[in-house]
Amino acid sequence: MSATLLAIILGTAFGFAIHRVGASNPSGIINMLRLKDMHLMRVIFFSIAVASTIIFIGMASGFVDSTHMSIKSMNWGVIIGGMIFGLGWGVAGYCPGTAVCALGEGRKDALFFILGALLGSYFFMLGFDFLKDSFLFDSLFGGKVLLADMTPKNATPLISAVPAVATALIVAIVFSAIAYFLPTAKEPEKL
Amino acid sequence: MNGKRLEWLIGGLFLGLVLAVAMILIKPIGASTQFVIMDGIIWDAISPIVTETVETKSGYTSDNSYLAKNEGAYAKNVANPTNYAFVFALSIVFGGIISKMTQGPKLTEAEVNAPTVWNNKFGTENRLKRYFVSFIGGMFILFGARVAGGCTSGHMMSGMMQTSLSGYLFAFGVFIIAVPVALIFYSKKGAK
Repeated sequence: MSATLLAIILGTAFGFAIHRVGASNPSGIINMLRLKDMHLMRVIFFSIAVASTIIFIGMASGFVDSTHMSIKSMNWGVIIGGMIFGLGWGVAGYCPGTAVCALGEGRKDALFFILGALLGSYFFMLGFDFLKDSFLFDSLFGGKVLLADMTPKNATPLISAVPAVATALIVAIVFSAIAYFLPTAKEPEKL
Repeated sequence: MNGKRLEWLIGGLFLGLVLAVAMILIKPIGASTQFVIMDGIIWDAISPIVTETVETKSGYTSDNSYLAKNEGAYAKNVANPTNYAFVFALSIVFGGIISKMTQGPKLTEAEVNAPTVWNNKFGTENRLKRYFVSFIGGMFILFGARVAGGCTSGHMMSGMMQTSLSGYLFAFGVFIIAVPVALIFYSKKGAK
């Protein structure tokens, strides 16, 4: 199958899932951040647990190609960029991906979000010469680090006492438990 | 189920399957980088910014240092908009359309302009204010995502699923700011 066709199928499936779980509705994200409705937090934790379980069991049994792993580096930019992201997230309630889904759903404020997002990334492109040699991109806490005992593209594993799949399964169990115990609001439209 | 969001167990299972299948077949999901590619495509259409070269591994480079980094990897994607990651991000819109047309959650008339949590606080007559806040929010979010090198999908979901610590660090930065901002901005004191 061509990569383009695969991109269309997977992108559509991702958008479909985002819409069905209610993540393209900014109320869901904002009420999660207001700690009033943990529905999306439960969805996210459980989806990570499911995906992690599948890929790590798959890699341990050899049917998943571990070169597809992609570990991002830790630096000051990750935490400071996250904080700048949080500033916008708390008021807008869209993520880069959910806004594209929301546009398909017919939300007009998502269109304005996307235009703003294109401008924000344009500013970053213009400022990159100035930012690239700053402290922001200095490696932090060892750069590319993962919990599981694997070394994809020279990343450093943190826990080497047990096999990677064991670490991943323990994390998945903890995440599933968090998802199970967090509360969902009964009437989210009234929040 | 018509018109209602899926409960967390079924919804999380479905979303998790999509995350896993994407990684197994191609690579982990990400969205925010594609805003840079879209900017590059628009920029290049207005005044050429991407050029072919034999000096980089990708075969492309750019006058813009961000598009030129990593051997011109982004420059190549700008020059070839049918690349996997860009088509993936664009296709998210089809998922929203198809889900809504079938049994997915439906929008009320007021929600077309602003989410219910906004209308409950500010009323429905302030749609321009909501557009403006969405626009400014989008600016912050994508600027922040580029500084961080990823967003909710790339850092948080794809990162944590691979047990990458960067996902946890990003989530910490996001939530420590987003929670108080949302609590204050949408506080019900003084609401309509």
